[in-house]
Amino acid sequence: MDLTGNRFANYAGLAVLGAALIAVPALDLPAFYIAFFYVLFHWISLATSWAILSGFAGYWSFGHAAFFGTGVYTTATFAAKLGVPFLLTIPIAALFAAALGAGVGFVVFRLQRLRGELFALITISVTFVLATIVSNTPIDGGLGVYLIAVKVPEVFGSPTSTFYLLGLLLAAISVWTAWKISRSKLGLGLFAIHDDEDVAEAKGVPTFRYKILAFAISSGIAGAVGSVYALYVSYVTVGDTFDVTVIMYPVVMTIFGGARHWLGPAFGAVVVETALYTAASGPDASIGRAVVALVLILVVLLLPSGVMPSIVRLWQSVFPLRRETPRAVAPPAMVPAKAQAAGSAAAPAALNGTVLACTDVRKSFGGVQALRGVSLDVKRGEILGLVGPNGSGKSTLINMITGHYPLDQGTIVFDGAPIQHLSAHRIAELGIARSYQIPRPFNRLTVRANVALAGMFGAGDLHNDTEIYGQAQHWMEFAGIAGRANDFPPQLNLHERKFLELARALAARPRVLCLDEVLSGLNHTEIDAALHLIRNIREGGTSIVFVEHLMRAVVELSDRVAVLNEGELIAVGTPQETMRDPHVVRVYLGEPHAA
Amino acid sequence: MALPGLALVEQSLITGFLAGSLYGLLALGLSLSWGLLKLVNIGHFAMALLSAYLTWYFGTELGIPAWWAGAIIVPVFFVYGIALHWVFVRFRVSEMSSMLITFALAIIVESLIQTIWTADFRRYTTELANQSFLIGGLYIPKLNLLACAVAALLAIGTWAWLRYTYVGKALRACAEDTPIASAFGINHKTLTYLLSGICAAYAGIAGVFIALIGTLAPNEIWTWIGVVFAVVIIGRLGNPIGALLGGILIGVCEALTQSAVNPAWAPLVSFSVLILLLLVKPKWI
Repeated sequence: MDLTGNRFANYAGLAVLGAALIAVPALDLPAFYIAFFYVLFHWISLATSWAILSGFAGYWSFGHAAFFGTGVYTTATFAAKLGVPFLLTIPIAALFAAALGAGVGFVVFRLQRLRGELFALITISVTFVLATIVSNTPIDGGLGVYLIAVKVPEVFGSPTSTFYLLGLLLAAISVWTAWKISRSKLGLGLFAIHDDEDVAEAKGVPTFRYKILAFAISSGIAGAVGSVYALYVSYVTVGDTFDVTVIMYPVVMTIFGGARHWLGPAFGAVVVETALYTAASGPDASIGRAVVALVLILVVLLLPSGVMPSIVRLWQSVFPLRRETPRAVAPPAMVPAKAQAAGSAAAPAALNGTVLACTDVRKSFGGVQALRGVSLDVKRGEILGLVGPNGSGKSTLINMITGHYPLDQGTIVFDGAPIQHLSAHRIAELGIARSYQIPRPFNRLTVRANVALAGMFGAGDLHNDTEIYGQAQHWMEFAGIAGRANDFPPQLNLHERKFLELARALAARPRVLCLDEVLSGLNHTEIDAALHLIRNIREGGTSIVFVEHLMRAVVELSDRVAVLNEGELIAVGTPQETMRDPHVVRVYLGEPHAA
Repeated sequence: MALPGLALVEQSLITGFLAGSLYGLLALGLSLSWGLLKLVNIGHFAMALLSAYLTWYFGTELGIPAWWAGAIIVPVFFVYGIALHWVFVRFRVSEMSSMLITFALAIIVESLIQTIWTADFRRYTTELANQSFLIGGLYIPKLNLLACAVAALLAIGTWAWLRYTYVGKALRACAEDTPIASAFGINHKTLTYLLSGICAAYAGIAGVFIALIGTLAPNEIWTWIGVVFAVVIIGRLGNPIGALLGGILIGVCEALTQSAVNPAWAPLVSFSVLILLLLVKPKWI
């Protein structure tokens, strides 16, 4: 980046803003203003922390009050009952809340189906269960806890200023964390999970770990906020702590501001809280709550992505972004796997050129046996065509190899090591990539980000931006979609999306590439281009397994052809051999009638 | 903590069974809309509570008996269900957004109840309320038995409707694959409106019994959420009989906990069952 001057201006601006905000309590304003700012910071922190999991990854938590409450009662217990200094209880509260979040995540995030809905329901239950526990145990006992006796350090001569500064600090930490995450590998992974979690996992995103991490960070911040709040109100009750408004306000603020932007929740918090504050003089609390709930409904219906995207567009029309196309960086030649070098004596099978060996792979879905014991080897550097009638198990086999479904029985050995028990992202990291029959790009990431993500998480193991975006550029040019780099996938037409699938699979630097009907739906010219491309991929040292119905392509391209029928492998050999095999002919053309 | 005597266990089994069937009744509409419409309706509880408050209000203030109150409430709720679904269809609301919207609806209804009828506990006393059958030394409250019978009737009726009638089969086909079902000439939209109306009507029916049996407070909505969603998941989405059996299971577990440990811990039962279920991950989840 050559924007150092610009950057410096940004940092200087931030420093001035920070200094001004820190100096506010010294101005000797009426306590009323300081309190308003504290409450504002409180909601900025809660909304922003909520968005780190729920906004970025799309897992809507209805349990932020549980983590907030964990913080409140951790401090109430440690500071008021055990005499631990207040400031020390803040990190303890954050830790407890983060641990609770990680624990809840551990239970819910392992689910395959309904995970979003069950996550929401479990988090809402956790809130009320926690409230039950707290009010029925000595933690609260149902009477509330007084914290008046706890000493609060005085900055600028009053405890109010201390709360102001602590609130400001937490708000700054939350927004900074959200900003940092949104620009990191973790953030990209979370955005991908939001768009299509299964694909994210297949591209190498450790979805389970990322969700737990994001949830722990999110709940940890909520815990810290609760800790400070406990002393701010100095008398805590179960009813106020685990209140539905604590659940609802951050959601309203975040969705209004824009859930996928790091600044969205903070912006939403400022607008909504200011509006509430102005309106608060009127009707009583329960009406106010109803009004906020009504606003939530309207925002979800009418403005689902919030106002932040519009603000960003406006900002960019005033200060146009200087977008430079990264220079394409050619990826290094394929290196042979470590397993292959190390296992040369132990695993002679790896030496005679087998990169992937499936042995007796079985899978059934309910009563349907999709694969009935398939054994198939993929040789190093070959193009293996996988053909068979619809429902013969081709796609299922690819799903087994890439770890999308667990297999019932059998082994899959990749470069001398069994992989059938590994999760999909581990398999992707090891060097097996796939494309989807119907393209499944991450729709809210640009084409460039889609390709870069595969490079970051795949077997390429890239770390610095020059490499990641340079190689992404290389693969986009290779696949002929570099012109659409800054567009979003829904703007592309079908064949561009197919080539995006391909670019994404290649950016992962796979040693085995599974292509699931990449040619279907393309016209003749596009098919020729694709065939040319596939040959080039093989030249790069990648073995290719490709599922295809188009016989011209299969015969032209494949070194060997494997034919599946009703979950069984019925023939393997050169295209000419297999096409003449009587069994194969029977499957494709039916029984010959007696003449 | 003393172990409860056998009679107490038997009594709490019966109490739990009857209370559980009420959970089943509450879960019924929820399970149908989640399973067949792919909409998670948190507002279902709020509507049930609203219906309960209305029944109580009609009964104590206007002198309208509960059965007549039900006859007024249920059709109105049916229309509300259709209107709600119209909003979901009109704005193409996703499963997750439906949770947010209905969560907000629940808060609005709670605030409404609190504003009109205050946060005080309300109890609807009728002649039937204190009458019980006494069989073999065990008390079976008449009203609870009636609620149980209605729950069973509705669950079995809905199950048969889904299984044997054209409309029911069409609805299940749509839940499986809407575009394909539509291609076979199923009028998807009309059916979903009908189902949404029925789900809301079930909330109305459940509310009438809640008013007759329980004590009413505005925040009751939130205590039901954990319990009834656990019931829905245990009973398998979109399965009416499963919802009833799941309700009874949770009800019995809660009653046993109440008699053996401490009534205050009852809310933890369904949650523990749910967490256990999610850890074991049976096939139907």
